[in-house]
Amino acid sequence: MNLPRRGTLAAAAVLLLAAIPWLVPNEAILDVLTVAGLYVTLALSLNIIVGYAGLLNLGHAAFYAVGAYTYALLASPQHGIHLSPWLLFPLSGLTAGVAGFCLGLPVLRLGGDYLAIVTLGFGEILRITLNNLGKLTNGPNGVANVDHPSLFGRDFSVDVAPYFWLVWTLAVIVIIAMRRLEDSRIGRAWKAIREDELAAAAQGIPVTLLKLQAFALGAGIAGVCGACYAAKQGHVAPESFTFMESVTMLAMVVLGGLGTVAGPVLGAVTLSVLPYLLLGFETWRMLVFGAALVAMMLWRPQGLLGRRGGLAA
Amino acid sequence: MDFALQQLINGLTQGMVYALIALGYTMVYGIIELINFAHGEVFMVGAFAGLLAAGVMAASGAAGAAAGLPGILRFGAALLAAMAACGVLGLALERVAYRPLRRAPRLAPLITAIGASYFLQNAVMLALGSEQHPYPPLVADTAYVIGGARISLIQVLIVVIASGLMAGLTFFIGCTRPGRAMRACAQDREAAWLMGVNVDRIIAMTFVAGSVLAGAGGVLYGLRYGTVDFFMGYIVGIKAFTAAVLGGIGNVPGAMLGGLLLGVIEALGAGWGASEWKDVIAFGVLVAVLLVRPAGLLGRREAEKV
Repeated sequence: MNLPRRGTLAAAAVLLLAAIPWLVPNEAILDVLTVAGLYVTLALSLNIIVGYAGLLNLGHAAFYAVGAYTYALLASPQHGIHLSPWLLFPLSGLTAGVAGFCLGLPVLRLGGDYLAIVTLGFGEILRITLNNLGKLTNGPNGVANVDHPSLFGRDFSVDVAPYFWLVWTLAVIVIIAMRRLEDSRIGRAWKAIREDELAAAAQGIPVTLLKLQAFALGAGIAGVCGACYAAKQGHVAPESFTFMESVTMLAMVVLGGLGTVAGPVLGAVTLSVLPYLLLGFETWRMLVFGAALVAMMLWRPQGLLGRRGGLAA
Repeated sequence: MDFALQQLINGLTQGMVYALIALGYTMVYGIIELINFAHGEVFMVGAFAGLLAAGVMAASGAAGAAAGLPGILRFGAALLAAMAACGVLGLALERVAYRPLRRAPRLAPLITAIGASYFLQNAVMLALGSEQHPYPPLVADTAYVIGGARISLIQVLIVVIASGLMAGLTFFIGCTRPGRAMRACAQDREAAWLMGVNVDRIIAMTFVAGSVLAGAGGVLYGLRYGTVDFFMGYIVGIKAFTAAVLGGIGNVPGAMLGGLLLGVIEALGAGWGASEWKDVIAFGVLVAVLLVRPAGLLGRREAEKV
């Protein structure tokens, strides 16, 4: 396919996406699609760490939580602080990115599965800490009445459509950035590390620095997602950031196809929409979901859009 | 001092249960380098299998058939039933969710494990309900006092049974033909295959052995805490996995040591008025240990093959 046609297609897709709130008048469905957009970005951010750099991260929800709590604590009556949401989106990304950097600094010298368990441990420690810090975070009840953003004089309030646009704008930006990043110098260095760390180091790639960058960038994007989540829900609580949440994000990335851009997008949309398609099954829903997860993985072990071979993550 | 001793006993018994489950993680990891995330659910199914077996025996007891059966025998029967059920479950899991993916990218079996985990949790929830089920008191509620600390009969049984099972496992791995084949597979699967070891069968056997131990752990846990629910496998599974890594994953004595240590650390932390922080303490210790000894306490760091 030549370039202009691809560009036209992409523009048409974005326009269609932007029109969805008018095309889909049903609030519940729109809400599902908004959440799907959030997971698209989260899956892409996790994909940087797991798919490109090959570092198994089982605690991604922790970075999501850091972003959400940064937003919630600085824009709610909890401490009487009300900073501008538009300042807090980048700030949440920054705090989560710094958290990723600080976690990465000591643990990145651990290999493969040990790294996985430390990230898992970090995620649990953070969640339990948020749960136990009564004064600062209001414990298990979480932070309520979080400020909603407003733009051009229009308060986002509890409508769904503005958040749909907010979340998908972020998703599209991240998708484009990932496409650009993939074949950049950094992207190629990440893949080299993933395929063979020793050979990469021998080529003069600063392995630790690049791993740290992957961790910080992935964490930072997840942090911005967390802020979007806090703004949309108006309420954050530790129970939203369990290990299962991290696992779900990982499942989206692996199911779609590690180390690709389209894969995590498809995986995230599939896994966030599937439970709602299964609503007809009532209580059988999660049972079918589990079986479907197994069946899809058996059918395409390399992920729905993954390439055969290569990825040893 | 009495208080510390009491917490130490509580921690050791809890640690024994962790160790039983951790062995399943570590054996599977040792042989195919896979984190079996459905293992916590096997433990949960074991607890429920014991519960159902006890229920069946109680029903037939009411009918007069097995009324004379002493409690300790009914306990033994429930334990064996749970172990058998989990063995079959482990075998099925390996066949359905892992064997077809033996040559797939490394993270694929992780996802099927998660899918299987959801499936088992919801299957149990749909079949038996999501409420807390009281565990039948198969063991008399007697306690012994040793040096000012109280140790209940079930705690004694936990120590005896868990130690027995672990000793049995050590003997099996160290001194039998299939055990030797298992060690060979853990060292080098291809070379073992070339030496005529039926690798698929050994891997299945590893899953069964780990699941049987987890089943026993489930019954012991249910008796110790008195209630079980369909979600119990999640947190205990994570803890047991932590224990396995703490000791050095892939290392059988390491899993035992890691389980005991984790149990004691938790109990001591909880004992000194920080019960809501006990999970943080457990994971904090894990992170600290890994930073100092990246391969776990008893794990050996393997030289990277180039």
